[in-house]
Amino acid sequence: MTISNTRPITPDLIASHGLKPDEYERILNLIGREPTFTELGIFSAMWNEHCSYKSSKKWLRTLPTKGPRVIQGPGENAGVVDIDDGDCVVFKMESHNHPSYIEPYQGAATGVGGILRDVFTMGARPVAAMNALRFGSPDHPKTRHLVSGVVAGVGGYGNSFGVPTVGGEVEFDARYNGNILVNAFAAGLAKTDAIFYSKAEGVGLPVVYLGAKTGRDGVGGATMASAEFDESIEEKRPTVQVGDPFTEKCLLEACLELMQTGAVIAIQDMGAAGLTCSAVEMGAKGDLGIELDLDKVPVREERMTAYEMMLSESQERMLMVLRPEKEEEAKAIFVKWGLDFAIVGKTTDDLRFRILHQGEEVANLPIKELGDEAPEYDRPWTPARAPSPLATNDVPQADVSDALLKLVGSANNSSRRWVYEQYDTLIQGNSLQLPGGDAGVIRVEGHETKALAFSSDVTPRYVEADPFEGGKQAVAECWRNLTATGALPLAATDNLNFGNPERPEIMSQLVHAIKGIGEACQALDFPIVSGNVSLYNETNGQAILPTPTIGGVGLVRDWSKMARIRFAAANETILLAGAPESWGTHIGQSVYMRDIHGRTDGPAPHVDLGHERKVGDFVRGLIEDGLVTAVHDCSSGGLALAVAEMAIASGIGATIDAPAEHDPIPVFYGEDQGRYVVTVAEGSAETVAARAKAAGVALPVIGRTGGNAVQLGDARPVSVDELRSAHEAWFPNYMGGDLAPDN
Amino acid sequence: MKSAVVQLPGLNRDCDMIAALTKISGKAPVTVWQTETEIPDVDLIVIPGGFSYGDYLRCGAIAARMPVMQAIKAKAEQGVRVLGVCNGFQILVEAGLLPGALMRNASLKFVCREVKLEVVNADTAFTRAYAKGQVIRSPVAHHDGNYFADAETLKAIEGNGQVVFRYAEGTNPNGSVNDIAGVLNAKGNVLGMMPHPENLIESAHGGADGRGLFASALDVIAA
Repeated sequence: MTISNTRPITPDLIASHGLKPDEYERILNLIGREPTFTELGIFSAMWNEHCSYKSSKKWLRTLPTKGPRVIQGPGENAGVVDIDDGDCVVFKMESHNHPSYIEPYQGAATGVGGILRDVFTMGARPVAAMNALRFGSPDHPKTRHLVSGVVAGVGGYGNSFGVPTVGGEVEFDARYNGNILVNAFAAGLAKTDAIFYSKAEGVGLPVVYLGAKTGRDGVGGATMASAEFDESIEEKRPTVQVGDPFTEKCLLEACLELMQTGAVIAIQDMGAAGLTCSAVEMGAKGDLGIELDLDKVPVREERMTAYEMMLSESQERMLMVLRPEKEEEAKAIFVKWGLDFAIVGKTTDDLRFRILHQGEEVANLPIKELGDEAPEYDRPWTPARAPSPLATNDVPQADVSDALLKLVGSANNSSRRWVYEQYDTLIQGNSLQLPGGDAGVIRVEGHETKALAFSSDVTPRYVEADPFEGGKQAVAECWRNLTATGALPLAATDNLNFGNPERPEIMSQLVHAIKGIGEACQALDFPIVSGNVSLYNETNGQAILPTPTIGGVGLVRDWSKMARIRFAAANETILLAGAPESWGTHIGQSVYMRDIHGRTDGPAPHVDLGHERKVGDFVRGLIEDGLVTAVHDCSSGGLALAVAEMAIASGIGATIDAPAEHDPIPVFYGEDQGRYVVTVAEGSAETVAARAKAAGVALPVIGRTGGNAVQLGDARPVSVDELRSAHEAWFPNYMGGDLAPDN
Repeated sequence: MKSAVVQLPGLNRDCDMIAALTKISGKAPVTVWQTETEIPDVDLIVIPGGFSYGDYLRCGAIAARMPVMQAIKAKAEQGVRVLGVCNGFQILVEAGLLPGALMRNASLKFVCREVKLEVVNADTAFTRAYAKGQVIRSPVAHHDGNYFADAETLKAIEGNGQVVFRYAEGTNPNGSVNDIAGVLNAKGNVLGMMPHPENLIESAHGGADGRGLFASALDVIAA
């Protein structure tokens, strides 16, 4: 069925395009007449939340985006950061939440495809990927299906394309029951003098369409992603695109080959809102008009209308402005890779976006205003309201060892092996640290010692309790995870997933989380260089937990000195860098409270950014100087889980001597921030202690490695084998359907 | 010795393979594109891993019918060594250069992890650097590595020493019959294997157990 291109513009049609009456008024004022059906579609695509950032822009502008290493901040396909020697890392994270809930395999697959394209559009070869996934409660009837489909989709695309997946997150919470999160991260390597941008230059130059053919898939996808869900969601399946990683791999090789010829003036991938967004972006950035002739667009379906072609989100497509004299050379490269190559338009000097179809002009809009004049909202938000502290004597008790076994084998703290073994973690032959540690690490091809570390982090329960502290914590934990490998954190990308911003309490979460992120990025010299906002993550009025995912990149100067979480040997001293006097104090919003006692009250842990930085810089210095043998940060589950994970990873046990006269529960399960468990070999203990003293960093000795059990204070020892079994069992048992889901 | 790496659209471990061959022999291999009908004068031809033509049909089925495969067959008949890893193994099977078939993993899922391999036959052009019965580490990364052959074929290849690698110590990741991980042709110059020795050749990989295979095939075994 084709959609007629001359439909009357009715209030219902306007509403079904996600445009509010006052937004439609704005369109009328801007163009001075009623828009055509195609033009309405174009406005809808450009002015939805996903493309225009109309609710978040005001706040995103407050984020620190500059730094001595930042070559390109937000506003391009991806951020670009200098890593010395003429090399740079290009990266971004982007959500594909709504499509993945509707059709998990294709939704996740095309999420991965989209972010890879963002990276190679800039001239970088993708070298690492991560995925931050959040699902509903394990006992929700759809969860298994969604986990299975999303993980297969992520793997199916990334494995075939040929990029190693080096890290990520998988978390379950009932608040994602009707609205899962799929945040895909990709990073690529390029030369600093060979970065490609979307800004068109020169009048009368060919606009070239490359890659796969255009079909009806994904028509209206970006508008769908900017609306809440209700029961009718299954009807939206046709708006999910279908991925073809083979074509994407060919497109990667063809684009990189073409870029070497010097033919490319500007390049933009067709992502959300396809041809519309990419063409407008290229023209508007270059102060040029664009004229497109849709009869030249390669299509894979018959009788497509202008409306459908302009809004199609068919995957694996690119738009470029090429030097005319290089046209034949460029075409030959695309023919070699079996891809479509068509001149579909030209740049003009009239600043209009004009669309021709079958001899008729179906759209003629002012190109700059399409983007610049998009509505921008200063939406009302409620004041912040943090939960009151727990009473000092409110420390619910449990057997320390029973709690440890339960937590290492819980839905949210068990091993993610079932997930990451479906991802190719080794391809390209540069993977130095695989998923399961603090951060994924790959070496930089062609360099003797340099490596890059990647981590993706956020603790949504903290953000829910206190959006400001939670925003800080997401950044701090990412920075800490990179530091724990010995990497110097360079910059980050943010993927802000929230509910409906038209509700003041949701807007409040967004505003405060961004403030927290900004403050932490500033304090830690960790600028945000790219990102994505996903709002309206609600189903039937129930919002997700606020989830501002932070994807960070760090530089390891010499990977031979890199630290890992596994204990290196028995009989080494274990220390807790950054520890408060009693090692741990804060149990509000801890997994201990949530998973052992079913309590989600109390404040989120405070992040002291000065402390964070001091301790992190100290630990990194120890790693770089080869003074420590293993490092792991303390995060969810506190000291107890950190030590257990180090033991499980190595098969070596540990004995921790709890400080006398302190309740062992906060000592072991408190989630105080800015702490690292480190081990030192016999010979370096004194040097390390002296350096800690000089740096003013608390570094108490907390125990020793050795034996085949983990003993926490006076609690019963638990064998490493038993811990490992519990840790590894949950995921396969759950996915195999063998487990009571509330375990 | 000179080597060549075949490049087909959709193969994606070609760079890993080129790096391994270069690092171990000190000489970069030549590359051969899908449309070429003649293979340069080399002693070893390698078909690396990946998803040739997307593998949207049976894995390796389209690749096996490309012009370059005729040229590879001709070289194999002349006795030139041919190694197919992962998708390369699937292609060699589809092309009829090796017996058996590779089905979807028993788990029905893609699997990337480290396994143990027993060197069943160390008296081959590809495994001379190892000892018979030696157990080596190797990564795997595939969706369709479940080796199958009918009873008669199995008996023949087991009897002829054509089973070169077997998954050891209970690490069979895909349900392959007889734990078969790598198979040689009857003539002994064509080897196909699912595991990726090219991803375990240096300290950065956490081990170098895969080096022996390339050292053997390239005749650069250290004295």
